[in-house]
Amino acid sequence: MIQGILGKKLGMTQVFAADGHRIAVTVVEAGPCTVLQKKTAATDGYNALQLGFGTKKMHRVGKPMVGHFKKADSGAFDHLREIKAENIDDYNVGDEINCASVFAAGDVVDVTGTSKGKGFQGVIKRWGFSGGRKTHGSKFHRAPGAIGASAWPAKVFKGKKMPGQMGNEKVTLQNLEIVEVRAGENLILVKGAIPGARQGLVMIRKGVKA
Amino acid sequence: MNVVNYIGMEHMRKDIPAFKAGDTLKVHVKITEGDKQRIQVFQGVCIKRHNDGVGSTFTVRKVSNGVGVERIFPLHAPTIDKVELLMVGRVRRAKLYYLRKLQGKAARIREKRTY
Repeated sequence: MIQGILGKKLGMTQVFAADGHRIAVTVVEAGPCTVLQKKTAATDGYNALQLGFGTKKMHRVGKPMVGHFKKADSGAFDHLREIKAENIDDYNVGDEINCASVFAAGDVVDVTGTSKGKGFQGVIKRWGFSGGRKTHGSKFHRAPGAIGASAWPAKVFKGKKMPGQMGNEKVTLQNLEIVEVRAGENLILVKGAIPGARQGLVMIRKGVKA
Repeated sequence: MNVVNYIGMEHMRKDIPAFKAGDTLKVHVKITEGDKQRIQVFQGVCIKRHNDGVGSTFTVRKVSNGVGVERIFPLHAPTIDKVELLMVGRVRRAKLYYLRKLQGKAARIREKRTY
């Protein structure tokens, strides 16, 4: 069994549970993904499948990748990702993987995506620093303050929270529940929010803590 | 259609009557206690409709023993047994927050007359 699938975040809505309470869900267009390469313990040291997701025109692909895609003979893909798999012999290059064959309602999953980029941000937005007062003659507003004393430690500690790029990084949320899987439409409804903007690539994998 | 809206629409109810802010409603709510289910009625004036597809809600206000009580219901919730429209009110606002400051006779809403 493959441990996950690739998808596209479509947006959020809500559904009603059987007892009437509301569940906020994120709709993900998951799959179908095509197996492009098999990584085996014998040749690569681990078992995994390389999946392709999101179709692309072959003439927009560079020559090295054209050769790679031709092995599967099912067109070109926007996104390639490796996902761990057991019983790798069940799969062949060129196979199509659907969301319903990987997940069912009630499964606990981890979702990986790229968070929304916030640009270069100061310490107040990025790390939640308090900042200083705005009035009463204060000249200290949004600056980070002291970052290390001169006599001791006489240096800035590694990992000190400072201004910098915020967001647009790989984020994984663990232990999310699958509310519904729609096989025909290749849709998965995940309970709650998932990382990234709409139309962004997400990877849904079986929960490591489940 | 947008897939996300379409999924929401599947959970929407079509049996709720059309009503607006200012209308007097009787909301029958299913309440589950253990394994028993009963119906509770909440009657009052709709002071607000929040339109958001499947997430739409409406707020009903009544004065109970001199205390104002407001309840927010999800419009499409399966816990709502039925909504009865008792009176169509004549109001000039979409959100009737001003009712919260009024008491007694001043808090009445005239019936909308249709000829």
